[in-house]
Amino acid sequence: MSDASLTKFRSAREETPLARYALIAVAVLGLGVLVAAPLIAVFVEALAQGWLAAVASLGNHDAASAIKLTLLIAGVSVPLNAAFGIAAAWFITKFDFRGKAFLITLIDLPFSVSPVVAGLCIVLMFGTNSLVGGWLVASGYPIVFALPGIVLATMFVTFPFVARELIPVMIEQGRAEEEAALTLGASGWRTFWTVTLPNIRWALLYGVLLCNARAMGEFGAVAVVSGKIRGQTATMPITIEMLYNEYLSVAAFSMAAVLTLLALVTLMLKTALEIRHADALAATHRH
Amino acid sequence: MHIEIDEISKQFGTTAALTPVSLAIPSGALVALLGPSGSGKTTLLRILGGLEFPTSGRVLFDGQDATGLTVQERRAGFVFQSYALFRHMTVFENIAYGLNARPRASRPPKAEIARRVTKLLELIQLPDIGSRYPSQLSGGQRQRVALARALAIEPRMLLLDEPFGALDAKVRKELRQGLRDIHDETGLTTVFVTHDQDEAMELADLVVVMSGSVTGGRIEQIGKPSDIRARPASAFVRDFIGA
Repeated sequence: MSDASLTKFRSAREETPLARYALIAVAVLGLGVLVAAPLIAVFVEALAQGWLAAVASLGNHDAASAIKLTLLIAGVSVPLNAAFGIAAAWFITKFDFRGKAFLITLIDLPFSVSPVVAGLCIVLMFGTNSLVGGWLVASGYPIVFALPGIVLATMFVTFPFVARELIPVMIEQGRAEEEAALTLGASGWRTFWTVTLPNIRWALLYGVLLCNARAMGEFGAVAVVSGKIRGQTATMPITIEMLYNEYLSVAAFSMAAVLTLLALVTLMLKTALEIRHADALAATHRH
Repeated sequence: MHIEIDEISKQFGTTAALTPVSLAIPSGALVALLGPSGSGKTTLLRILGGLEFPTSGRVLFDGQDATGLTVQERRAGFVFQSYALFRHMTVFENIAYGLNARPRASRPPKAEIARRVTKLLELIQLPDIGSRYPSQLSGGQRQRVALARALAIEPRMLLLDEPFGALDAKVRKELRQGLRDIHDETGLTTVFVTHDQDEAMELADLVVVMSGSVTGGRIEQIGKPSDIRARPASAFVRDFIGA
């Protein structure tokens, strides 16, 4: 009898079984329709005419050039943005100065500006008709419709990722550990490498991964500044769009599958690192 | 080391943290900066340690002007309010940090560093915790590790910001005696900040009572605990120490 009366009481945080299953079903359905299904569709479409057709479509010069270009852009813009992001987050969280709120807004600007507008800004700044651009083209260093423009556009769009990840972490950690290192005789540089960087390394990793995913996938801004020259300035996302518009469905989806795989690899890398450093991760968060 | 504070004031933007204050701390003394929050006591301690720079006035160490010395050049052993232990390093690495940070020419060899860290762990009576991380320590243990880390650099003075603030009453009593013992053993000029008048009166040789106002923190009275109890210099002091 006492058992029966006990089961009537549920923990305050527990829902009825019906509500629980309903919530789980909604979550699974949402995840399936929005994430899993498109992902599967990409690979199904790519392999619609078999492995050989898919691989062959990636073998030509234009496709290889697009893959190389995208990797190159990510390879240049992600490390640069990581460095800028660390510098910005350091400046904002470790010092007090006027206009801090304005600077934070400025860092967020690329999130609120449409990438297409960002691309247009770069064309206006560095295009042949502008003062700077005209001079650069005349000197043999064109920005727009060339690699530098694509890198600039990518960097603009992905600028906030690292700083946004770091700022809350660095605010939460405060300045005391850095100050302690300084009183113990460490230089500012040594303090950064031995105290600040180890404390922010996980946030930095997340920021870099997000930045990398976006850098490889950026379409709008790059579409404006690249000029979409096949085999030269067409990145993977641009190439996918062009192939799709030409009804080359297998080629388009094969390229899309490669881009997806690149994203999945970064995700797996992150998970592997998390598993390997689970202890360190727990130690830094349990405080 | 003899410390002299000569007409030090500090402004943060438009807020005054310290009105000009002067104070002489005899070599080897154990001094309490006692006052409510907003009386500028922590600011004064941070100015001594080189973490803040005064708006005006001078700091003299053994008669030498030290106002312009950087935080690294001050060689002040600083214990922070929340201890600020490096969370990604073991206790051993924390204590060895200051020695490892020295320029190569004056850095002791590895074995010597290990020997000194072991000795300091014995001094704080926690000989076996070298391989643990700060998150695995109790509050009292963290405080003692922070003290050992500050002592490792062979400091010229010891500065402690609310060293017992985050601890429960029993541990606080124990650690008070611990600080007294370490002070007596090392003979270091020691300054600590507290808002607890019992702590200041019981532990310090010299108590500096401070008060805050819109024009900034100021010193109300400097004296031995017994003198301050017997002859409070102002109504504020009488009220604050509950005499």
